[in-house]
Amino acid sequence: MALNIGWSGSPALKKRFIVASLSALGIFVLLLLRLWHLQIIQADTYQALSEKNRTRYIPIAAPRGPVLDRHGRTLVDNRPAFRIAALRQEVEEPERLLGRLAELLDLDLAILRERWTAGRRFPRYRPVPLAEDVSRDALERVMEHSFELPGLLTEVRPVRFYPEGKSAAHLFGYLGEITEEELHAAPYRAYHVGDFVGKNGLEKGLESYLNGVPGERRVEVDVKGKKLRILKTQEPVPGNRVTLTIDRDLQLATEAAFGDQAGAAVALDVHTGEVLAMVSTPGYDPSLFARGISGQEWVDLLHNPLHPLQNRALKGQYPPGSVFKIVTALAALEAGQATAHTKVSCQGELEVGNRTFRCWKKGGHGITDLKKAMKESCDVWFYEVSQKVGIDRIAAMARRLGLGAATGLALAGERQGLIPDRQWKEQRFGDRWYRGETIIASIGQGYILTTPLQLATMMATVANGGTVMRPYVVKRIDDMAGTIQQEPTPQIVRQTHIDPTHLANVRRGLEAVVNEPGGTAWLSRLKELPYAGKTGTSQVVHQRKRRKHDEEIPYQLRDHALFAAYAPAENPEIAVAVVVEHGSHGSSAAAPIAQAMFSTYFKLQPPPEGK
Amino acid sequence: MFDRRLITHFDWPLLLLVVLTALIGIANLYSATSSWPPQATPVYLKQIYWLGGGMLLAATVSFVDYRHLQHLGFIFYGLTLLLLLAVLVIGKTSMGATRWLDLGFFNLQPSEIMKIVIIITLACYFARQDTLAGYSFSDLLPPFMLLGLPALLIMKQPDLGTALIVIFIGFTMSLFAGIRKGTLIGLTVLGVGGAAGGWFLLHDYQKQRILTFLDPESDPLGSGYHIIQSKIAVGSGGFFGKGFMQGTQSQLSFLPERHTDFAFSVFAEEWGFCGSLLLLGLYLLIVIWGIYVARNAADLFGTFLAFGVSAMLFWHIVINLGMVIGLLPVVGVPLPLFSYGGTSMITTMLGAGLLLNVSMRRFTF
Repeated sequence: MALNIGWSGSPALKKRFIVASLSALGIFVLLLLRLWHLQIIQADTYQALSEKNRTRYIPIAAPRGPVLDRHGRTLVDNRPAFRIAALRQEVEEPERLLGRLAELLDLDLAILRERWTAGRRFPRYRPVPLAEDVSRDALERVMEHSFELPGLLTEVRPVRFYPEGKSAAHLFGYLGEITEEELHAAPYRAYHVGDFVGKNGLEKGLESYLNGVPGERRVEVDVKGKKLRILKTQEPVPGNRVTLTIDRDLQLATEAAFGDQAGAAVALDVHTGEVLAMVSTPGYDPSLFARGISGQEWVDLLHNPLHPLQNRALKGQYPPGSVFKIVTALAALEAGQATAHTKVSCQGELEVGNRTFRCWKKGGHGITDLKKAMKESCDVWFYEVSQKVGIDRIAAMARRLGLGAATGLALAGERQGLIPDRQWKEQRFGDRWYRGETIIASIGQGYILTTPLQLATMMATVANGGTVMRPYVVKRIDDMAGTIQQEPTPQIVRQTHIDPTHLANVRRGLEAVVNEPGGTAWLSRLKELPYAGKTGTSQVVHQRKRRKHDEEIPYQLRDHALFAAYAPAENPEIAVAVVVEHGSHGSSAAAPIAQAMFSTYFKLQPPPEGK
Repeated sequence: MFDRRLITHFDWPLLLLVVLTALIGIANLYSATSSWPPQATPVYLKQIYWLGGGMLLAATVSFVDYRHLQHLGFIFYGLTLLLLLAVLVIGKTSMGATRWLDLGFFNLQPSEIMKIVIIITLACYFARQDTLAGYSFSDLLPPFMLLGLPALLIMKQPDLGTALIVIFIGFTMSLFAGIRKGTLIGLTVLGVGGAAGGWFLLHDYQKQRILTFLDPESDPLGSGYHIIQSKIAVGSGGFFGKGFMQGTQSQLSFLPERHTDFAFSVFAEEWGFCGSLLLLGLYLLIVIWGIYVARNAADLFGTFLAFGVSAMLFWHIVINLGMVIGLLPVVGVPLPLFSYGGTSMITTMLGAGLLLNVSMRRFTF
C-alpha cells in the first residue's frame, strides 16, 4: 500500500495541481467579470428592464369638461357610470360567468361572449369590459351573487350626461371610441385604444379643451399580470369648462315650437354674431352614445329617412324662396335700378320671351311699390326689377351679405350653399345664362341654395346696419380653477357699405310683413314687440324626380317653409332664420316658430320648463 | 478497525464550507418560493431534510475507507450501466424525457448515480495504470469507452446537461491523468469535428436552446425568455442587491425555474454583486479545497477520486452560473447546494463524503 509514497511530490503532478487550480480560478474570474458587467456596468439598464417588468400604467379617465349656456346653466355634464368588467386571469369558468351575467343583467349572451373575446386585445391586467352603464339595481343584483362569480369587478367612469335631454344634440355632437385611423392622426397622439373622443360637433371641435389630462395609476404586477398593489397614483386633470353663447331657454323654446316638424332654426345676436340658439330637427338622444350605442340603434339612426344625425342648421341647403327678395331688392336699390317708389303693376303673371312667370297670387297685387312687394311678397315686382339688375349684380349682393360661402362658424361640416351667376353657369354647364333664370333667381328659386345659418347671418347684417358678423358659439373656455383659456371676441367678416337709406327702405318693407294687415306674417305678429321678417316658400321640384316611394310623395312634395326675421324692429338685437321642411308656407309654418323664439327671448311668455 | 486518527484528521473546514453554502442556498430558496401558495412542506424545509439526509449519507460514505471502492469500482459501473439500460426500457417518462426508474416510493435517476460512479470507475482505471508519463490515444480508448457508453445512454433519455457533466468529468480526469501532446491535439480536432456532427444528433428543442443562447432576443417569449429574465434579475441586482425577499424579478415570478436551475439569479438579484462575489468565493474555495484534498491524498486512487469529485462540482457550478448569466446555453444543470432537488443534493453530498473520506485518510497508508 505504501507503493505510492512520494508520488505526490513528483514535479509533473505538482504542476498539474497548480494548472488545475489556476484554471478553476481563471474560469471563476471570468464568471465574476461577467457578473461585474451585468450587475455594475449594465445595472441601470437591467434595473429599468426589471421596473418595466413589474409596473403597469393604468390610465384613469379625466372627466370631460362641462358645457354651459351663456348664463352658466349646465347643458352637458358628466355622471358616474358603472361598468361591469372581468379580470381574465381570475375567471375560472368564463362560459358559466357570462351565462349568469346575461341572466342577471338581462343581456344577450352572444354580445357578452363577443365582448369577452374582444377583451383579448387588452393586456391581461386590464379588466375586460362586459356591461357598460349598468343601473344601480342591476349592479346590486350582480354584487349579491359576486361570491359565485369570481373575477368580476365594477369600475366607475365618467360618461356624458345631458340635463336637457335631446336639446342641442347636434351642436354638442357625440363621443365614440377612437378609431384606428384617428389613433394615427396627429391630434390624437396621446390617446390610447379604447379612449373616447368627440366624433362631431363641439365635442370634436373642442376635443383638446374638453378632454382634460388623463391620470394614471402605476401598479405592481406579477408575471401573470395580476395586480398586486398600487405604487403611485396621478390624479387626472378634468377638461376645461366651455361656456357657450347659447341661451338655454331660447334653445328649448325653439325646439318646442318645432314640435315634430323637421327643419332648422338659428338665432344670432345681430351685433356680435353670437349664436343664441341652433336647432335641427329631428334630433337624436345623445345619451345613447354616452352609454355606448347598440348596433341596432345606430343603424336605425343612419337609415332614418329624416337624417336625424345631420345638423340642418349648418348642413341643410335650401332654396331661400322669397326670403331672397331682400337680396334682390338691395341689389336693385344699390344698382340704382329701382327705388322705394318704383311701381310695378302686378297682373298675377309676367311674360318674358315666350314664357309666362306667375305671381303666387292668382289675381295679382295691382300697383305695387317696394314696401308692398316685400309685405305681400309680390313676385312680379321682383321679376320686373331683376330684369334691369341682372343676375351678376344680384349674386354679388348675395355674397356681400354672406350667402354662397361658409359663414366661418367654428364647427366642422358647414356647407357653402350656392349663389349662381353667369360665370358659374358657364363653368358648371358650359351654357349661357338665360333671362328666365334671373327671374326665378330673383325670388330665391332655381339654383340658389342657402343654409339656415347663412340666412340668419344675412338677417343680422340687415338688422345691424350692414356689417356681416362671423357667427360663433363658444363664449369662453376656462379651466376648473377659473383661468380663462380662450375668450373669442366678435369678428367682423366685412362691411357691406350698403347705403343706409336703401337698408331703411328694405327694412320698412320687412316691418310691414309682420306688423301691417295683409303682411304675409301678420298672423304671427307680437303685439308687445314689433319685429321685422320675410317669409319664404321654396319649391322642392327636384325631389319629385328623386323620390319614388308612394307614401313619401305627399310629404316630400310639399314646399319648404322659411322665415327670416329680426327683433325688435327698431334697434334690433336678435336675428333668426327658420326652415320647416315641407312645411308648405313660410307664413303658416315657419313664422310662428320665430314668433315663439322672440317671445321667449324678450320674456313675453314664461320660458318652457327644462326637461 | 476504527482509527481514532480519522477523527483528528477530519476535514472540518471542508464540511463547514459545504454546510455554509447549503444554508445560504436554503435561505435563498425560502425567498425564491415565498410567493408560492402555502404548502404542507415548504420547499426550503424539504431542502433542509435533503441536506440532513445528505449529511448522514456523506458521513456514512466517509467512514468506510474509500480504498474498498478500488475493488468495487467496475462492479458499480456495471450495475449503474444496467440501470441506465433499464431506464431505456422501463423508465418513467415525464416532460418529454425518460430519466427515472419508478421504485414505488422513490424515483431513482441512474444518470445522477453515474456521475459519481464514473468518477470511481475512472479513478480505478487511472490509478491502476499508475503512470504519469502521459497517455497515448490507444491508452485512452478504454477510459473513453467507459465514458462514452453511459454518456450516450444518458443523451438518449434525453438529458443533455447530465451527459455533458459526465463527459466533462471524464475529460477533466483524463487531462489530469496526462495526455501526450500529439494525442491532445488530435483529440481536439476530433472533438470539434464531433461537435459539428453531434449537432445533427441533437433534439430540436436542444438545438433551439443553443440557437436561443446565441441570440436570446430572437425568441423572447419562448426559450429566450429564461435567459432574458435571468439576466434582468442578475443585472438589476446592482452592487448591493435589492435586499432579501425584495427581488422583484423573483418575488413577482418573472424569473422561471427560480427554485431550481435559476436559484442563483434570485440570489444575485437580492444580494447584488457583493452576494455574487461571496458565493463565487465559497464555491471556488470548495473546488480548490477539493484539488488540495486530491494533492494530499494517500494514494493515486484517492487523488483521482478527489480530483474527479472536484471536477464534478466545478462543472456543475460553471455550467449553471454560465447559463444563468447568459454565457452558456440553457442546459438543465443544477447549482450544487443551491438549486432545490433531492437528487442534486444527494449526488453533491455523496461527492462531499468522498472528499472527506479521502481527506481524513491522507495520512493512512
